[in-house]
Amino acid sequence: MTPVHEVRVGLATCGIAAGAQRVADRLQQTADAGRIDLPIKQVGCVGMCFNEPIVDLVDDSGRITRYGHVTEADVDRIVEEHVLGSRIVEDLQIDNEAFFGDQVRIVLENCGVIDPESLEEYRAQDGYVGLEKVLHEMTPDDVIEIVKASGLRGRGGAGFPTGLKWSFAAKETASEKYVICNADEGDPGAFMDRSVLEGDPHRVLEGMALAAYAIGASHGYVYVRAEYPLAIRRLEKALDDARSARLLGEGILGTSFSFDIKIKAGAGAFVCGEETALIASIEGRRGMPRKRPPYPASSGLWGKPTNINNVETLANVPWILRHGAEAFAAHGTETSKGTKVFALAGKITNSGLVEIPMGMPIRQIVFDIGGGIQDDRPFKAVQMGGPSGGCIPMSLVDTPVDYEALKATGAIVGSGGMIVLDDSTCMVDVARYFLDFTQKESCGKCTFCRVGTKRMLETLERICAGDGHADDLDKLIDLGKKIKQNSLCGLGQTAPNPVLTTTEYFRDEYEAHIVDQACPAKVCKPLIRFHIDPGACKNCGLCAKGCPVDAIAAADGGYHVIDGELCVKCGRCEQVCPFDAVEILTGKVEA
Amino acid sequence: MGCEQALLASQSPGSVIPLLQEAQENEGFVSEEAIESVARRTGMPCSTVYGVATFYSQFRLKRPGRHTIRVCEGTACHVLGVGAVLERLTEELGIPVGGTTADGLFSIESVRCLGCCSLAPALMIDDETYGRVTPDSVVEILESYRKESS
Repeated sequence: MTPVHEVRVGLATCGIAAGAQRVADRLQQTADAGRIDLPIKQVGCVGMCFNEPIVDLVDDSGRITRYGHVTEADVDRIVEEHVLGSRIVEDLQIDNEAFFGDQVRIVLENCGVIDPESLEEYRAQDGYVGLEKVLHEMTPDDVIEIVKASGLRGRGGAGFPTGLKWSFAAKETASEKYVICNADEGDPGAFMDRSVLEGDPHRVLEGMALAAYAIGASHGYVYVRAEYPLAIRRLEKALDDARSARLLGEGILGTSFSFDIKIKAGAGAFVCGEETALIASIEGRRGMPRKRPPYPASSGLWGKPTNINNVETLANVPWILRHGAEAFAAHGTETSKGTKVFALAGKITNSGLVEIPMGMPIRQIVFDIGGGIQDDRPFKAVQMGGPSGGCIPMSLVDTPVDYEALKATGAIVGSGGMIVLDDSTCMVDVARYFLDFTQKESCGKCTFCRVGTKRMLETLERICAGDGHADDLDKLIDLGKKIKQNSLCGLGQTAPNPVLTTTEYFRDEYEAHIVDQACPAKVCKPLIRFHIDPGACKNCGLCAKGCPVDAIAAADGGYHVIDGELCVKCGRCEQVCPFDAVEILTGKVEA
Repeated sequence: MGCEQALLASQSPGSVIPLLQEAQENEGFVSEEAIESVARRTGMPCSTVYGVATFYSQFRLKRPGRHTIRVCEGTACHVLGVGAVLERLTEELGIPVGGTTADGLFSIESVRCLGCCSLAPALMIDDETYGRVTPDSVVEILESYRKESS
């Protein structure tokens, strides 16, 4: 075995939450004590969040041995056995092939590999080579043509061709133009942009500089969620380092091109993901969208031509300029080129961050890369695109990830959230959850969005409470369509999607709630009741002890019973029962 | 940036949000005085600054407890049972979401998504993130903060 050359610890938000900082500290102490003489390097998210904390040992030939679920105690074993003893610690080692085998890493090529706070490491991976080449050898029009030819489309959700968008702002003549990076990743269940910013911030800055050169801008903003403090810190460090190295600022790389970037921390408003609302927010106002046209490309920030791209879109650009449009377009389908990053979460075994070539069927992502459903339960649906997207049922699980193919299902590629749902998820409750979200996040400007989503939410709440009416479904669908038609911005135009897709693919679940007062997934509390099976109950009394409202008592026959009148359906009895005697019933009570 | 330029920049309407963020960072919340001060410094009416402060979910207009518990209400957390965790939390502390305990130790807030979906259900207490929480483990977590402060 060749000697270990470097130790990497994944220190993105997810890794830190799983305890990776303590693991890194322990490694550092070991190094400081002189036991090992190795660099301990922090890296971004490697993608295998389900294995965090992750420690990679890299040997002289560049080969990686990966250890997962590493604790502080494990650190000593890894040091003792692997670093000093040259023996792999087999029970801690994790397999990469199943998870990474089908992935193509363009956006995430450096995530989990380089130290995100080191400009040198980014440059060692050919970072800023694209910018250097462009500034010395190409005109802005050349850059736009290459991005057009690559087929890159906006990764924030709408899928607008990036090169075409740049050409609009490039055509404008103005004293000042702006490039904005939209890092207001608001979809619940999505963390792609956070991972890129935390794991490879220079890549985004380089992408912005390339966009700025192409459209003729000299100022840029990164509009990033305030909930991402680590991403902000790493961006600030990257900005400082890039300025010192003359990669940003006046006269970049000795040319006449000048461009600098400011960070604007968002203040928590989902609607600010919409371009015109985001601009209003940077200008210090309430983040409310306005009518388009004029589009930001002609009149955006402070009334000047402005180009806005999402983090992932910009992170693709340096790669495209380095490898050429053809290499990028070699991945993907006819209309959707390149790769897409997805945040896999929910009831999935391997939750984490994956990058797949466009065109890969959802089945392959969920079952091969994602390892299928937790505890081998049945797959029910995958929710894509967050509150703007929809639920794709088992019957459509072979749909490829492609803008047009997914749109045909009623869902969208979206920004990249992919929440896997199993048979214990209630689809009516999921629809209610998203409507609750969009209803609260609606800025209130358009009546259909403000009032319509409220009415839809009330209807869904009624259905979940067992008070649904026979005509509720028709009313939901009718109102949903009207909200889509009569809202100004993307929030309202897509808000009904979670309801429209679930009523289409899971109509039977809605009907069970409305007609039978039953929640088949046993999620909606008003429709379930807890019951102790007298045959299985051993009268141990643990349930009665755990009950917070004293609703459980011993009955004469040597078993316990639950008083339905007192029960608050907290489910604690079910959790504590060692004999699985507590069952959940739903539907009308048999007379 | 020179002092004079910094002063000029702080007077532009674009700095309303950063100034409110700074005020909240310093005081823990946006007080009435802070709104008046931001209005003075940017030349905007108080009503406009108040409108901005209430539009964005980040801003708190009431003084929070010593520890702020942010419960994630993202999709992954929702389907993996954060509801039961939140229920136990509010029961244990005797306050609803948005409330502060009488001893001023804890406040509960809900957030849209903390972005660590693979650790769902998740919550944050101050700057510390806790993953895969259960109704029982949340009680233990609270206990560790109570001990620390007693």
